[in-house]
This record gives sequence, structure tokens and C-alpha cells, in this order.
Amino acid sequence: MEILVCVKRVPDTAENEFELNGAGNDLDRDDLVYSVNEWDNYAVEEAIQIVDKVGGNVTVITVGDSESEEVLRREMAMGANNGILLSDDAFEGSDGKGIAAILKAEIEKGKYDLILTGAQADEGAGQVGGMLAAMLDLPYASLVNKIEVGEGKIKVGREIEGGNQEMNEISLPCVLSIQTGINEPRYVGIRGIRKVAGVEIPVKSASDLGIAADSIGKAGAKTKRIDYFVPDLGAGAEMLEGSTDEIIAKLIEKLKAKGGL
Amino acid sequence: MTQIFAYIPFSNGVAEDVAMEFPTAAAKIDKGASLTAVLTGSGADLDKVANDMTGLYAEVIKINHNDLAYPNAEVVRKALVNVIPAGSIVLAPHNTFGMDLAPGLSVKMNASYAADIVDFAGVEGTVLKASRQELGGAVSTHVAIDIASGAVITIRPGSFAPVEGKTASGAVVDKSANAGDLSAKRKFLEVVQAEVGDVDITKADVLVSIGRGIEEQENIEIAEELAKAMKTVVSCSRPIVDAKWLEKGRQVGTSGKTVKPKVYMAMGISGSFQHLGGLKGNPFIVAVNKNPKAPIFQVADVGIVANIIEFMPELTSAINDL
Ligand SMILES: Cc1cc2nc3c(=O)[nH]c(=O)nc-3n(C[C@H](O)[C@H](O)[C@H](O)COP(=O)(O)OP(=O)(O)OC[C@H]3O[C@@H](n4cnc5c(N)ncnc54)[C@H](O)[C@@H]3O)c2cc1C
Ligand SMILES: Cc1cc2nc3c(=O)[nH]c(=O)nc-3n(C[C@H](O)[C@H](O)[C@H](O)COP(=O)(O)OP(=O)(O)OC[C@H]3O[C@@H](n4cnc5c(N)ncnc54)[C@H](O)[C@@H]3O)c2cc1C
Repeated sequence: MEILVCVKRVPDTAENEFELNGAGNDLDRDDLVYSVNEWDNYAVEEAIQIVDKVGGNVTVITVGDSESEEVLRREMAMGANNGILLSDDAFEGSDGKGIAAILKAEIEKGKYDLILTGAQADEGAGQVGGMLAAMLDLPYASLVNKIEVGEGKIKVGREIEGGNQEMNEISLPCVLSIQTGINEPRYVGIRGIRKVAGVEIPVKSASDLGIAADSIGKAGAKTKRIDYFVPDLGAGAEMLEGSTDEIIAKLIEKLKAKGGL
Repeated sequence: MTQIFAYIPFSNGVAEDVAMEFPTAAAKIDKGASLTAVLTGSGADLDKVANDMTGLYAEVIKINHNDLAYPNAEVVRKALVNVIPAGSIVLAPHNTFGMDLAPGLSVKMNASYAADIVDFAGVEGTVLKASRQELGGAVSTHVAIDIASGAVITIRPGSFAPVEGKTASGAVVDKSANAGDLSAKRKFLEVVQAEVGDVDITKADVLVSIGRGIEEQENIEIAEELAKAMKTVVSCSRPIVDAKWLEKGRQVGTSGKTVKPKVYMAMGISGSFQHLGGLKGNPFIVAVNKNPKAPIFQVADVGIVANIIEFMPELTSAINDL
């Protein structure tokens, strides 16, 4: 089975405290730590496990700048066979549809049985997978937390509200967005990454892909981020301050009053 | 005039709460817009909910078909593309169904897409201004949505005030004949219910809840000890279950359990909306987090900036000394 996994390089929410820049129109991106979108690691792990069972190849792909190469290498260190970087100044400022259109152009040049994305990325939209499927006219299932491979079709479980699981049969080729918890992504160490450091990763531009520059990027974006802001959410929490002993004494009083103790 | 269509999800003959929130959202988009509810389904359940909706919406469209009995997004999408006029604004909830349906619908309707909107600031020309969050709620952004050729927008459930009482006297229009070809390459099989766990967190008055801030599996013991001192049990956020450190029955959130404690101790939890979505009944929330900017502090009653690995044992021994 030929499997393509779409991955995105994102600021790591566990490693960063997010602040706005001086002008207040963007994040202060200078010292941000980036990593692979959490959901995408599950997608790559699932792809590797399927290929281990039924044979085939796993290709990882991303739309990004030259720094995005590092996330492809990380996923190749996990066990993906190939990486493809789609990169061009013209891609900058693309909205979700722009990203999906860029991915579509490359996907149509290959032949994939299964295309995986993460259920969502840093922007919490969960949009690229469903758009890609619709653009390719392929069936789609989101939030997949179980895959059973069969002949020409697969059985997938979707996680729905309350943690219940909706079972579906879906024909191949198809696009699935993968939910966390479907597997336990393997650990990659520095040594693993060093092993794939020399592997060639092709970089493709808008003209390589044959996409018109005005259909993507800022020009093509129909949803545009205007600015970042700090919402006015009222008072927020009463912050307890002082020495640990003082904080704990105050907290215990409050817990007693509220029925916590 | 802007035409807005709201997709009403329902189960067992009852519309989801978001059905009462769409009218508020629609009025914030454009007070003068026409608002129509759209329901897909089959049989008596569909008829009942469609009727219920006439109290909230001036127009209610129902699409009745056996293939729509279960809301398979691949099938629903086909019906909606055929029934909703091009150029409209379509609203759906940002939940597991909306995430399945909406991105593809925007492609098929050749419309703009915006996900998980928490507020609207109205239309100027052909641009709709809206607010959403990124990075798990750590930052908020304004977005401009070009609605010249329509838009598909998912809204975050619970973000718009529900309209109370019967405010409209609408009529149901049957558009089943317009649904078109509903064949799909994805077939719904069954729903498998979540396993019931060893501990029932839904009955607890107090919960000691841990998130990724617990850092390592061995540290869960620290939380267990605090829970014991507070005579209760440990619940958790999703990453703890994904890592298989605790079982699924302990997870609080939209894809876990809905809990209604009096006191909720959020230990090393950032406060994503999917987590908070499982927290009902307005509990007294105590948040301990090492990041003073963690979004949980916006919703908590009491906040403490500390390392939970150090803080929890101190609190435990202070409680045990009482
Ligand atoms: C400086 C800057 C400016 C931007 N300007 C705009 C703008 O004006 N308007 C706008 O709408 N967006 C803008 N974006 C957002 C950007 O285009 C997003 O990457 C895009 O919207 C999709 O990301 P998402 O987080 O919504 O993906 P989701 O749909 O939430 O991600 C789901 C999955 O899709 C796949 N995926 C997502 N992105 C990629 C990718 N790049 N490569 C490969 N696979 C991917 C992954 O598998 C991922 O798990 C901007 C981003 C930056 C950094
Ligand atoms: C469809 C869908 C459904 C979902 N359903 C759920 C759900 O039901 N429940 C749920 O919880 N999530 C759910 N999620 C996931 C959700 O989006 C978040 O990813 C998740 O809630 C984050 O969990 P967290 O707060 O524990 O982790 P993080 O967001 O990583 O936050 C960890 C926090 O701990 C703090 N921290 C780190 N170390 C320490 C320390 N030593 N001391 C103190 N603080 C520390 C950090 O500052 C941070 O604020 C769902 C996601 C999707 C897409």
C-alpha cells in the first residue's frame, strides 16, 4: 500500500509561552520552539504500522519553508521511506484551501492508496484533510482512531462525542484524518535523525507543480488572519501569591468554603 | 440580502443545544439576514425536531431519506450541496460531526471556510469579520472571511448565548425531492459505546484532574495521594489517556466524560475548549500551572503559578495535617 502522510511544522504548545510582538499583530516568533504537529506523529506511526503489515511505502509531505525540512527528517527517522517538501514564496499566506490545493497538485502526480492527515494542527481548524478529499473527489473520514485494512476497502473507527466510536467502511483510495490515541508513536532519538540526515528530500515549487500563483498564497486566500488580540474575558482567576505555605493556607480556606475539604 | 442556513444536528428526536445558539450567531453576522434551519434525517424523529425548530427559525428545511437516517457526513454533504443555494452562508457546529462535514462542503460549494468561530463582528461589503482561537486557546485572532461567493463556517458550541423561548413561528418546507444522488463511498456500520471504567468520575463532588503537566507516568502517584487526602479520585485530560497512563473512563472533555463536580482541581492542564467542554455545573475551579499565561487561568476561580510536581505533595501534607 502506498501511503502519503501530510505533516505540518508548528510551534510547540508545551514548550512555549506565547506573546504578541511589539506591534500586536503577530506572535513574537523569535524564540519559538517548533516541532511536528502532535496529531501528525500518530498519522505517521499508523502509516508505518500498516506498511509493516501489508507492505508498501510511507511518504511524508509538507508545505512550508526550508526549515520545514527538519520535520520531514524527523518523520523519516520514525520510519517513513520518502519525504517531499513543497516550498515557494508564492505559497506564503495560503489559507487552508490554498494548502489543500498545493498538496492536491503533488498528490495527482503520484499514486496513493491512502492519504493521512492529522485531525487538526496548531490553528485548531481541522480543515486540510476534508478539503483535500473533496478536491480529489475521494471519500473522507475525520477523527479516525482505528483502521482495519481489507481488500480494496478499509474499516475505520471515528471518535465521536463522549468517546464513542463510529465504525465505517470506506473504499480505497481515501483520505483520513487521524486522532491522537490511535497508537503510541515511536520515540525518535538524535541517532535516528542523524541516520536520515543525508537522505535527499526533493523540493518542489509552484511551477514544478503547475499551479497558478494567484490561486494560492495571499492572493488566493479567502479567509485571512487580520491580527492577534488578547480577549477581554472578565476578571479571570484570583491569583494566589506569597510563599508556598501562605498560598496553601489561603487555598485550604477556599477549598473548605467551597466544599472541597 | 445575506442568506444564512444553519445545519441542526440532533439525536433521538432532540436537537443539540447549538440549535439555540445559531440564531444569536446569525444575528451577529447580519441582523437583516434571512435564517433557515436545515435538517437531514428520516422518519418521525426528523419530523419532530423539524417541528420543534419552527419555534426558533422562520424557515425550516427538512430533507428526508433512508440514507440520511444516521448522519454520515459524506451523505449529508451531498444533500446539502443540492439543497442550499450557492453563495449562502452555512453554519454548522465545530464538533466531531461538523469537522467531518464542513471543510469538504466548503470545497463542493466553492465557498470560503472558517472553523471554530467564537464571535462575529458583522459584515462590511463582502467581508465578514470573526474571532477564533489558535494554539489550544493560548492566543485569539480576528479573521476576515470573504463571503462574496458564500461561506461555510463552524461555530464553537457554547460560545453564543442560546435564544430562550419560542421566538419565531416558522414553517417546515420539505426539500427531500431535491436531495439528488446520495450514493457514497463511505458506509456507516455501527456506533460502539465507550467502555465503562473502574472509577466513575461523573459522580464525584471533587476531582483532582491532571494534564500533560504531570510530565511522567510515575508522577501520577503524587496526584493519587492528593486525591486520597481530599477523599476523591483522579481524573485527567486527553493526553494522559492517549499515553495510556490512565484509562479512558477518567478523561474529562467532549470526547470523554461530562462531569459536574463542586470543586475541580486542574493540575497542569492548559484549558482547551474540548477539555472544558466536559466540565458542567459551574464548579469552583482551582488551576495550578507553571505558565502564568495558560488559558486555564481565564476560566479558573483561583489560580496558582507553580510546578505541580512540587506543589501537590505540599498541599497533600498540609491537608493531611488538618
Ligand atoms: C505567517 C502566516 C500567515 C498565514 N496567513 C494566513 C491567512 O492569511 N489565512 C489563512 O487562512 N491562514 C493563514 N495562515 C495559516 C496557514 O496557511 C495554515 O497552514 C493553513 O490554514 C492550514 O493549517 P491548519 O492549522 O488550519 O491545518 P489543519 O487543517 O488544522 O491541519 C490538519 C492537518 O492538515 C495537514 N496540514 C496542515 N497544514 C499543512 C501543511 N502546511 N503541509 C502539509 N500538511 C498540512 C496536517 O496533516 C495537519 O495535521 C498563515 C500562517 C502563517 C504562519
Ligand atoms: C475532536 C477532539 C476532541 C478532544 N477531546 C478532548 C477531551 O475530551 N478532553 C481533553 O482533555 N482534551 C481533548 N482534546 C485535546 C485538546 O485539544 C488538548 O490537546 C488537550 O486538552 C490538552 O491537554 P493538556 O491541557 O493536559 O495538555 P497541554 O495543552 O499540553 O497543557 C499542559 C499544561 O501543563 C502545564 N505544565 C507543564 N508542566 C507543568 C508542571 N510541572 N507544573 C505545572 N504545570 C505544568 C503547561 O504550562 C500547560 O499549560 C480533543 C481534541 C480534539 C481535536
